[in-house]
Amino acid sequence: MKLIVNGEQKEFSEVTHVLSLLNLLEAQEPYAVAVNAQFVPREQCDVLLLNEGDQVEILSPIQGG
Amino acid sequence: MLSDKEKIRYSRQMMLQDIGETGQLKLKNSRVLIVGVGGLGSPVSLYLAAAGVGKLILIDQDKVELSNLQRQILYKVNHLGQSKVRAAAKTLQALNNQIEVHVVEQLLTSDNADDLFCQVDLVLDCSDNFDTRYLVNTLAKKHRIPLISGAAMQQQGQLAIFPNDSALSPCYACLFPKVKQDSVQNCSTLGVMSPILGVIGSMQANAAINGLLGKSLDATFIQFNGETMAQQQFNLTKNSRCDVCQEQ
Repeated sequence: MKLIVNGEQKEFSEVTHVLSLLNLLEAQEPYAVAVNAQFVPREQCDVLLLNEGDQVEILSPIQGG
Repeated sequence: MLSDKEKIRYSRQMMLQDIGETGQLKLKNSRVLIVGVGGLGSPVSLYLAAAGVGKLILIDQDKVELSNLQRQILYKVNHLGQSKVRAAAKTLQALNNQIEVHVVEQLLTSDNADDLFCQVDLVLDCSDNFDTRYLVNTLAKKHRIPLISGAAMQQQGQLAIFPNDSALSPCYACLFPKVKQDSVQNCSTLGVMSPILGVIGSMQANAAINGLLGKSLDATFIQFNGETMAQQQFNLTKNSRCDVCQEQ
């Protein structure tokens, strides 16, 4: 399945729900994840299935100000 | 009532259909808390003071240093060594002597926070560390006041708006669940491009004015890249297992 992750198109063979992608990418806490510009609450990451062409953003918080 | 001087001072924004005299009076009767008067707190407080927000409460424990002047536009060479909040108050009152500026020369802690949050209609997080960010979030949620959060580092800026107007309103910890960490990545260690603070701080001030005028705020997160000028926006929703939301 082709996904656009943080602006880059990539091919994934074993990705189903959002959590499977996060695990595959070894996403490091703290982060937030959004699919097609909609934030995905953490508890829904193992429920929400990804579809061909979905745009996934993994966002890290900035603390400076 | 607005005085004749105030009507002249604010005339260019009172021309806006959404503001007028009614809106300007709303701003005059508003009280906001600005946590941190550094890179973001500078444009935030300057714009809110200029726009006529009636009462600003500033909290910060730092003193003005030479390395601050590259981006913290409230301060000038003659402020070096002075308390930031006191120097900020002088600059802001010189800009607008028709508003009140109150200062707290302390770090925001769970001991002094309740007293400050219960005095205001809205809070702007302009701090530089995660501990303060999570504390501000918890207090804003507890006191049910809108939180406009800004952050910046290197060429990246982030704006997050948490309306806190209903039980369904998401919070900072819904977005970034709190984890144990010893992150020291901030402006002191990684640097920051000066104008990115103006971009994000101005967006914070703009969102705050919208909220104070009574417009409904959407829970949203914006990331801005100063190098490519690209901006991404995400709609936020509540995490039903959020620790902070469950405590309230």
